[in-house]
Amino acid sequence: MSARDNILERLRQRADGPLTAPQSDFSVVTGRGWSQADRLERFERLITSVHGEVVHVAQANWTAELVELLHAKGIRRLALGREHPVAAEARAALDGKDVALLDADRDIETWQHEQFHETDAGLTSTRGAIAETGSLWLWPTPDEPRLLSLVPPIHIAVLDANSIEDTFFDVIETHGWAGGMPTNALLISGPSKTADIEQTLAYGVHGPRELVVLVRHAKEHS
Amino acid sequence: MSASGVQTYTPREFHRQAHDALGNPQIRANFRRAMDGLMAKRRDVFSDWDLETLRELGANIRLRALAKLPDLLEQLEANCQANGIQVHWAENGDEACRVIREICERHEAKAVIKGKSMVSEEMHLNAHLEEAGIEALESDLGEYLVQLNEQTPSHIIMPAIHLNTDEISDIMHEKTGTERTRDVDYMTAAARAQLRERFMAADVGISGVNFAVAETGTLCLVENEGNGRMTTAVPPVHIAVTGIEKVVEHLRDVPPLYALLTRSATGQHVTTYFNMISSPRKEGEHDGPSEVHLVLVDSGRSNIYQDDELLDTLRCIRCGACMNHCPVYTRVGGHTYGTTYPGPIGSILMPHMMGLEETRDLPSASSLCGACGEVCPVKIPIPDLLVRLRREAVGEGRGNVPGAGVKRTKKEVAAWKTYQWLATHPAAWRSGTAIAGKLQALVPSKLGPWTEHRTAPRPAKVSLHALVKQHKAKRHQAGKSDDDGEKRS
Amino acid sequence: MTPVKLYPPKPEKVYFFGTCLIDLFYPEAGMDGIRLLEREGIEVHYPQAQTCCGQPAYTSGYQQEARAVAAAQLDLFPEPWPIIVPSGSCGGMMRTHYPQLFAGTGHEARANEVAGRIYELTEFLLHVCQLRLEDRGQPEKVAMHTSCSARREMGLGETGPTLLARMGQVELVEQARATECCGFGGTFAVRHPEVSAAMVEDKTQAIEATGVKRFVTSDCGCLMNIGGRFEHQGKAVAGEHIASYLWRRTS
Repeated sequence: MSARDNILERLRQRADGPLTAPQSDFSVVTGRGWSQADRLERFERLITSVHGEVVHVAQANWTAELVELLHAKGIRRLALGREHPVAAEARAALDGKDVALLDADRDIETWQHEQFHETDAGLTSTRGAIAETGSLWLWPTPDEPRLLSLVPPIHIAVLDANSIEDTFFDVIETHGWAGGMPTNALLISGPSKTADIEQTLAYGVHGPRELVVLVRHAKEHS
Repeated sequence: MSASGVQTYTPREFHRQAHDALGNPQIRANFRRAMDGLMAKRRDVFSDWDLETLRELGANIRLRALAKLPDLLEQLEANCQANGIQVHWAENGDEACRVIREICERHEAKAVIKGKSMVSEEMHLNAHLEEAGIEALESDLGEYLVQLNEQTPSHIIMPAIHLNTDEISDIMHEKTGTERTRDVDYMTAAARAQLRERFMAADVGISGVNFAVAETGTLCLVENEGNGRMTTAVPPVHIAVTGIEKVVEHLRDVPPLYALLTRSATGQHVTTYFNMISSPRKEGEHDGPSEVHLVLVDSGRSNIYQDDELLDTLRCIRCGACMNHCPVYTRVGGHTYGTTYPGPIGSILMPHMMGLEETRDLPSASSLCGACGEVCPVKIPIPDLLVRLRREAVGEGRGNVPGAGVKRTKKEVAAWKTYQWLATHPAAWRSGTAIAGKLQALVPSKLGPWTEHRTAPRPAKVSLHALVKQHKAKRHQAGKSDDDGEKRS
Repeated sequence: MTPVKLYPPKPEKVYFFGTCLIDLFYPEAGMDGIRLLEREGIEVHYPQAQTCCGQPAYTSGYQQEARAVAAAQLDLFPEPWPIIVPSGSCGGMMRTHYPQLFAGTGHEARANEVAGRIYELTEFLLHVCQLRLEDRGQPEKVAMHTSCSARREMGLGETGPTLLARMGQVELVEQARATECCGFGGTFAVRHPEVSAAMVEDKTQAIEATGVKRFVTSDCGCLMNIGGRFEHQGKAVAGEHIASYLWRRTS
């Protein structure tokens, strides 16, 4: 018999007999009933508490704010997608500006060294966010691959204010995640960090040192 | 603590290792400070939660997963395979090492980069790979430091928690040539630079798994650093290794467990990354490994599974809160236990993996203060399980643990039989306590270990039994009638 | 772990289970507990055949021996009166572990019934007697160590401090890491003496750092451990069972 068969056999022939599976009540992880304002406030409070930066921008001129942000942070080489509206609009706005645009939709084998060593920042869209924990959720795509939010030292994520939901559980249920998971699904809550040296927090140990969330508001943010 | 020379610890030497740790002010201070901080952080982060309800749900989810374990493992396997993940099974650590080595050899791998995986520690994977000429490098900062220092982790979540900043600075200086410094950002940046090159050069990435979701064939990894994401996305091959108990039924089972895990472990609302992997790189995708393997390891777990009481051990989600709150762990540190999993969870888990002969001193290394059970996010009754293992060790359990009965000695049995006889013969008991009082002066002032640190208690001249009798007689004279509520005395 | 208990009205009669440590080393603490109950108009019955709850054998893994000793106690409380135990450790054994110990045996029903009548002394004084205390002592600062069994096994972390708060002249000061174990743990102190000693050393330092000259506890195991450590070091910090402290200052 194979290891598989042996293990399953032992589990099935359990000495103390079959176990009864209890039902689960998930109400403790849902039903927060927060307003959109509550969600935004909570999201911002939590993600900034772990060193994330939040910049509120109007939907109409978000790319102008992006240009300013790149300038302020001295970002000269930005990796980004092509097809997603976030990438497309950013490319349009950065056309002719003093920022090199690196195509993220290339096989990593062709530009690994460039991505690791010669990329100042990665720009990605997000699918939404979670108010309870201050988390972004991303499903990387061929257009915006998974390393784009990890390898460059700065990650700029674009989030629509109205796409923040209450809890992780709500996101999974509302969007039917169980019906079809992507290759990689991610929650990102702040920049990379460690406390492995005597409990002292340090950022950017492996992933980005900085995470900037551009929160886009359909109307002027007050 | 020298930075050179391999340090080995074994549970057989618990007493000696405890003695050494207790006598090391640096170790004592490092652990005390770290554990105080972790306890405070956990308390704060749970303050706005209905913690009891959440723990109830966490325990319930884990119990449901265990109740359906064989079916869920098959479902996990089928869904992983449908997603393109190759699934392997191993009865024990050696078998798992072999499976992993063979995958590496198939790819002619020379360099492996590792994300944090306690199961890989449990099976001594690094040593196994090195024997086969494959270099395995740890990438979690704490694990990396511990590996540089030729040690094993002293905590399951914070592997280098036994080291302070100066010690780490020395280790990095000696092993990697960095400047001596107390600047944590500098050391972190140096490790980042060193490890980035290794990520790019690695042929295979090996990680653990926090939750494996049967419903979707998804492997979930919880981390702050990003090394887990690097390990699972940069090298061309990813091998995930996990114990068979880590499976959960549904994707919706994950959020409560994740909430409990991060809060219990480090007092965080959430970790920086929650990484869910459901397949290798698909056609048209531009990064990620082209092969993903899942290795399911038993190593005694299916044996624990047989017993209704011991089964609770398998609910564990490896948060480490039990060690953070353990007054024994806090004082002796993780290495003293000499096991992959130290502290309370280790003391109820390792006897199944190593046998009670090897781990004989672990179940008794607890004052049964209950702090571990109080904070366990999935409500494992750890103190009760410690007592159960003590029973197994002295041969009064069900014989379901390897090495059962190994601590049963004639001398100790005789002592407990004497106690039993006295405590079931009230007249003898009463005269015994009376004699102890009368012979007070003869009680030795040195009672072995107790009196090295404390003054021995002195038996009272008159026992409570006798005092009550006198008291009743006085009350009777005073005209208070207490009828005798005893039918048998 | 913390059962929500509905407390009955104050009964006319109770049983008192003195515990072996009190019987042997601290009988006056037992007497003071009895006196406190009698002052509330309760008739206290002390079965003379009582010995030990069985916990030392139980926590050492000697299940058969523990069961035999515990079985001998089950017969001592035939009337449906509450059973008062001046110790969280023994109380926890009888309330929490007796049902487990006798599950599936002929004693199961009786063990459950007895377990349901177990009250730790401070719990009973507070929640059932609604004890009022008239403090006649001098103003004093005191620290309290609540045993881990009382705190975690019986869910009684607050009963002792609440009673002390009713003492007009007593100021309760909390030592650092008040909820941490003192290192007694029954046979743990003998099997792992060095670790236990490190724990009690920290506990005595924490209590001493508050500046108190006295600490109270509701468990004689902890009293023996912490008090024994202070005495061994020649420190002028005295320990007392909370029953004695309350009785001494209010009688």
